[in-house]
Amino acid sequence: MKTTASTQAIGPAQKGEVLAIVARHKDQPGPLIEILHDVQRAFGYVPAEAVPLIAGALNLSRAEVHGVVTFYHYFSGAPQGRSVLRLCRAEACQSMNGRALERHAMKKLGIGFGETTADGGVTLEAVYCLGLCACSPAAMIDEEVHGRVTPERLDELIQGAGAGAGK
Amino acid sequence: MTVNVWVPQDAGALALGAEATAQKLLAAAQATGTSIRLRRNGSRGLYWLEPLVEVECAEGRIAYGPVTARDVPSLIEKGLLKGGAHPLRLGPIDQHPWFKSQQRLTFARVGQIDPLELNDYLAQGGFRGLQRALEIGGTATVTEVVESGLRGRGGAAFPTGIKWQTVLKQPPGQRYIACNADEGDSGTFSDRMLMEGDPFSVIEGMIIAGVAVGATQGYIYLRVEYPHAHRTMAAAITAARKAGFLGDRVCGSKHAFDIELRLGAGAYICGEETSMLESLEGRRGEIRVRPPLPAEKGLFGAPTVVNNVVTLATVPVVLAGGAAHYRDFGQAKSRGTLPLQLAGNVRRGGLIERAFGLTVRELLYDYGGGSASGRPIRAVQIGGPLGAYLPESQFDTPLEYEALSAIGAMLGHGGVVAFDDTVDMLEMAKYAMEFCAIESCGKCTPCRIGSVRGAEALGNISRGINPQGNLALVTELCDTMLQASLCGLGGMAPYPVLSAMKHFHEDFRPRAPAN
Repeated sequence: MKTTASTQAIGPAQKGEVLAIVARHKDQPGPLIEILHDVQRAFGYVPAEAVPLIAGALNLSRAEVHGVVTFYHYFSGAPQGRSVLRLCRAEACQSMNGRALERHAMKKLGIGFGETTADGGVTLEAVYCLGLCACSPAAMIDEEVHGRVTPERLDELIQGAGAGAGK
Repeated sequence: MTVNVWVPQDAGALALGAEATAQKLLAAAQATGTSIRLRRNGSRGLYWLEPLVEVECAEGRIAYGPVTARDVPSLIEKGLLKGGAHPLRLGPIDQHPWFKSQQRLTFARVGQIDPLELNDYLAQGGFRGLQRALEIGGTATVTEVVESGLRGRGGAAFPTGIKWQTVLKQPPGQRYIACNADEGDSGTFSDRMLMEGDPFSVIEGMIIAGVAVGATQGYIYLRVEYPHAHRTMAAAITAARKAGFLGDRVCGSKHAFDIELRLGAGAYICGEETSMLESLEGRRGEIRVRPPLPAEKGLFGAPTVVNNVVTLATVPVVLAGGAAHYRDFGQAKSRGTLPLQLAGNVRRGGLIERAFGLTVRELLYDYGGGSASGRPIRAVQIGGPLGAYLPESQFDTPLEYEALSAIGAMLGHGGVVAFDDTVDMLEMAKYAMEFCAIESCGKCTPCRIGSVRGAEALGNISRGINPQGNLALVTELCDTMLQASLCGLGGMAPYPVLSAMKHFHEDFRPRAPAN
């Protein structure tokens, strides 16, 4: 779970939304991860206050739900940037100068993996394979994929993502 | 007359600008007053030529590539829509040597059809395997899969039919089919290409498995890093349900079968089958101790067939053409075809499906054309992040299960990643340990602690801290991890480390401090 931004408290309306999500999945077998995906889709992260609500509704302990949220790299316990840039760190991308691209991204954004820029524009995440290994190095911004990414191309992508940041 | 123009919607093609190319083609065709029908296919797997545009002409599908949006105006001007000459023209795609020399069985339709057009699927042999399975019944279907010699293409290479037999033999009750689509190995993308390019083949394979072992419910565990595959798979399941291939009466038979698509959440370990089952049940992806095998006690405690995407998509081929037809491809204990994925530092990377037996060198140079950088290829890693590194002296090894096993390597999911001579093998060994530490589920000590200490010790060698002592420590740690880990993550992470130390010993020395 990433804790680079402060966690905002959620209000009664959002708590209702969490419970509605739980209700939607409750009759599915083993629904917890499906629920967490929907919560993260709705809020952009899994708010700490959602954990006891989900636990109560599924008859699980808070520790069990917390344990699941923190086990999976994809779930975030804190709000993420307006765009999430996922850079592939796996071997195929490394063979095509992926390491240099990682360093370039960190320098350009002034943050490390798992961190969000001060203006809340971009969160940088490491990812281990996007399945784009024949066009390495690869990156994904939100759900948009990019192959054979050069440092110059990455700058354009970051600028494009930052354009929505209103700075 | 309307011209059919194909532009792939495969994530690899999209990552290289296929969407912009498609939109530009539509606009440019409209401007010239030609009516085109933009059709979307999967990728044929010639990724250095993506975005690969195909135009249907009298002489077949004429390919152009790589076509960026910028190239479109000049292509249209030169008569692309009539298959006209242009420097980017590749000719009829099915005559392209890279494509023509392959033996595509599992990938027969990928790149040729609109993945979500059920009629395309049916017209090209789709659901014939299921039809046969329904005719011959469950037991005979299992026998057919046993006789085909098909082994799990996910990495463990366990005979698929034997696994099915075990499930079939369990006491009556609920059974499940779980499709492992958590393709996390670096250098692999065959599952993704199938799901994006021919999703009905995966669905058909799962239904056949269900009919064969008497399971009525299937799950697909798909990694969250594949949003495009997720959309295509979800739409295909809906279409298959609507057409009566899924539901209470599969194709009007007495068999019920349905599929639920589940999304993973970014944990490599969930590609390990018991960890995947835990995750499907909504828990942390901590592995289970075997026995019992998932075939005896799997998902929700019920007997479960767990197979990889490629394996399941191959099952319809086996059933439709017969076990003998499939078995006749390949050699010794490696039967059938293998979809290899050539990646990393190569000029021509992509998907090569052929009968087992191609050597590493043939793959790298005949198909790959050597390194992308133009420098000598120094090492290849086969089988993902837990696979061994091979030096040039081993490049004549055939890519099949036994031959690789004999040199301490493994085929895994069929991914081959090439590195040129700028690679630092000490760094790659350290990365293997770091990756294991990041992705370890934490259940067993050798993996959880061994990986952290391994990365530390390799870092110390780099920094010149007691290099000999640390080399000995890494060797010992690897031995412990190999012998005592509960699953393949900790149990195989030593392969890349030990193979790097063995074959590239010269890299394991202190370095000048980084600037």
